[in-house]
Amino acid sequence: MSEFFAMGGYAAFLWPAYAITLLAIIVNVVNARRALQQAREQARRRIATSSEGQSS
Amino acid sequence: MGTTWTWFHRFGSPPHVYRLAGILTPWFAWPAAILIITGLYAGLVLAPPDYQQGEGFRIIYVHAPSAWLSVMIYAVMATAAGIGLIWRMKVAHAAAASCAAIGAWFTVVSLVTGMLWGKPMWGTYWVWDPRLTAQLVLLFLYLGYIALRAGIDDLGRADRASAVLALVGVVNLPIIRYSVEWWNSIHQAPSVMKMDKPSMPIEMLAPLLMMLVGLSLYFAAVLLVRLRAEILNRERQASWIKEVVE
Repeated sequence: MSEFFAMGGYAAFLWPAYAITLLAIIVNVVNARRALQQAREQARRRIATSSEGQSS
Repeated sequence: MGTTWTWFHRFGSPPHVYRLAGILTPWFAWPAAILIITGLYAGLVLAPPDYQQGEGFRIIYVHAPSAWLSVMIYAVMATAAGIGLIWRMKVAHAAAASCAAIGAWFTVVSLVTGMLWGKPMWGTYWVWDPRLTAQLVLLFLYLGYIALRAGIDDLGRADRASAVLALVGVVNLPIIRYSVEWWNSIHQAPSVMKMDKPSMPIEMLAPLLMMLVGLSLYFAAVLLVRLRAEILNRERQASWIKEVVE
């Protein structure tokens, strides 16, 4: 197992390379989902305020 | 002709694209997740070490696919921007705008993973080599595109100005692709994307192809989610919004 993590002496280069790739994959999913959530939330709020304006 | 225009009209229709994007997202996301996880395992564990570069060559499984993705995303962004510019299609502009941040991320990943490969193999993190320089220019194109959009308040003007920038930047794509052939580059020539036989055994090649396809599908899924957000933000007055957010 420790031999696997040592990566034949390339561990210091290989694992950071895999780490930044995984980081990019995760961050982009999180950012995209958050953007959609916020957009839906804002749209909902706009609809709520505009329908209040109509009823009064 | 008639069906072409119907098709074109549907793809210009924000509510249609919004709903379609929502339906399609999982069909890209799940195969992407399976391919990426399998590809990472196969690349790190199953593929044999390289006879010259030992275990260090495994960086290729994250470097080459992210470099491929950075260029492919730019091509998608410029195509969408061009369609938006020529046919004044708002959804196309929304798609182009949704590409930029994802593309910038994977350009950074390709540069950093390349540097981490370069240090043990070439003895240096960075050289002002044609391929490396052109890839750095790609990052500046993405950042310029994002900054330009952020700097213009009027959405229509931001769309048009950034689309022109995206299209001008397309010049950089063939430079990236052929830099290793046109100049005496330190960067190795492509080993997979060649017309003749790939210069890799199948156990090494398969994880690379899995990562390539997996990350491409991943990009499609993330783009579709971002596109829906972008459409919602743009269609402020539209009545169809009410149905989809409640």
